[in-house]
Amino acid sequence: MKSTFNYIAEIFKAIWSLLTGMKVTAKYFFTPWNNVTQQYPENRDTLVMFDRFRGEVIMPHDEKNEHKCTGCGICEINCPNGSIEIISKSIVNEEGKKKRIIDQHIYHLAMCTFCNLCIKSCPSDAIVMGQNFEHAYWDRVSMTKVLNRPGSKIMEGVKE
Amino acid sequence: MAEIIEKLITTDEIKTDEYLVNMGPQHPSTHGVLRLLVKLEGEIVHNVEPHIGYIHSGIEKMSEALSYPQIIHLTDRMDYLSAHMNNEAVCLCIEDALQVQVPERVKYIRTIIDELQRLASHQLWWCASGMDLGALTAFFYGLRDREDILDIFEETCGARLTLNYSVPGGVMFDIHPNFQAKVKAFIKKFRKILPEYDKLLTGNIIFQNRTKGVGILSKEDAIAYGVTGPTGRASGFSCDVRKHHPYSAYPYIKFDEKVGTDGDCFMRWKLRMDEMRESLNIIEQLIDNIPEGDYALKMKGVIKLPEGEFYQRVETARGEFGVYIVSDGKKNPYRVKYRSPGFSNLFAINHIAKKWKIADLVAIMATFDLVIPDIDR
Ligand code: SF4
Ligand code: SF4
Repeated sequence: MKSTFNYIAEIFKAIWSLLTGMKVTAKYFFTPWNNVTQQYPENRDTLVMFDRFRGEVIMPHDEKNEHKCTGCGICEINCPNGSIEIISKSIVNEEGKKKRIIDQHIYHLAMCTFCNLCIKSCPSDAIVMGQNFEHAYWDRVSMTKVLNRPGSKIMEGVKE
Repeated sequence: MAEIIEKLITTDEIKTDEYLVNMGPQHPSTHGVLRLLVKLEGEIVHNVEPHIGYIHSGIEKMSEALSYPQIIHLTDRMDYLSAHMNNEAVCLCIEDALQVQVPERVKYIRTIIDELQRLASHQLWWCASGMDLGALTAFFYGLRDREDILDIFEETCGARLTLNYSVPGGVMFDIHPNFQAKVKAFIKKFRKILPEYDKLLTGNIIFQNRTKGVGILSKEDAIAYGVTGPTGRASGFSCDVRKHHPYSAYPYIKFDEKVGTDGDCFMRWKLRMDEMRESLNIIEQLIDNIPEGDYALKMKGVIKLPEGEFYQRVETARGEFGVYIVSDGKKNPYRVKYRSPGFSNLFAINHIAKKWKIADLVAIMATFDLVIPDIDR
């Protein structure tokens, strides 16, 4: 008799445990404003990433098309996987002195692991992390970028 | 007739042939590319042979060619759910070798991020193992709440998964001005949500029947196999590195090491749920008391460790993670060896899954909380 009673009690307990779980799901079912997913491609214009977000390495240029990169190559040494290549060239400046400046700062986005070491190590803060995260391309070539813009030159007063 | 049936049941005559089945490398419940060669008789598991190496990435060997700050970001990719703990282990090892003392602020920040990471990891474990055991709702709820932690990470560390936040001598950035407020808001919210988790799954009768008494790992076996972390502690093996060899800010705080008794799937489940509560307590003790000061020491441009061997261990969300560095005085290590918790934990599965059904093997794997890159490295 006792065992039959226990058996039935077990069944009710089991059903109750299922209902308790259902209560939680029902709560969210009827209050959908509590948790809404971001409607990603639609909210593209208003989407703001956090300012430290590591999207890609970029080199900011000012309105005169000048950057701060001296071409020292420290970022290239610090990059763990060879995502950065520095090609420098020598020029003769107005005073007639030979000088090495940056020719191309090549950044292989496809190899980058977004570790931030290059940005931390750059002595003149020439590169920063950009916020763009949409890195889908049709071919590999477009994932290799030259960070210094064509015709750009180094800013006045950057310590070399 | 009855006699024949009796005889068939009691003897081995109805035994079917044993056959071998591959579980994985592409199987939803192996959580990655793990291949288990399962020897079955009907539905009963007779042997489980893990075949690993599908995602072996040679991180240890790669580290030999990299400088010390560079090897840290590779450890993110091992146990990606405990990325910061892995980073910290390498940093602590380097700092120990260089005999430098990091500022108090760094210790506090690292510990808070550690515990947030543990919470995020256990949340993902909770929702993924819920899904393994047939509760899809759990998966969505777990991911929804994990998002809050990932947002905190993104704001302070700049990344969500592969943090690379610890650097030798400190952390990469100071904490974000919003950090403390956000963490406190999260704790408040999560304390309300945890009972919901219990209602949804822990009390559920189907779930209990599938986990209670299933896959019992005894304390002796846990020690023999080197099973650490929540999995080992559920068997009664007190192995919390945070308690026994405290590092960072763990010596300053009071917390309980949760140790279970039964060692079955349900105990492992419950222990991780309790650990989440304990992590909240730890963060609460630290979050208001972050001391002022530098967030990083000024280190030399090229870090060279003195000649010798160095070992450091930390408690990740999965167990004891050890870093062993052999240095010959150059700027890159001579040899790096990682002792990853997943590797040791995995091989206890064969021992405990025998004689259970194949569905129980899924429950055992779910509660072992395996991360495959951590096993393969
Ligand atoms: S980006 Fe910075 S570190 Fe790299 S070459 Fe230019 S100045 Fe040097
Ligand atoms: S973020 Fe890291 S991997 Fe990417 S270019 Fe900089 S140093 Fe190299």
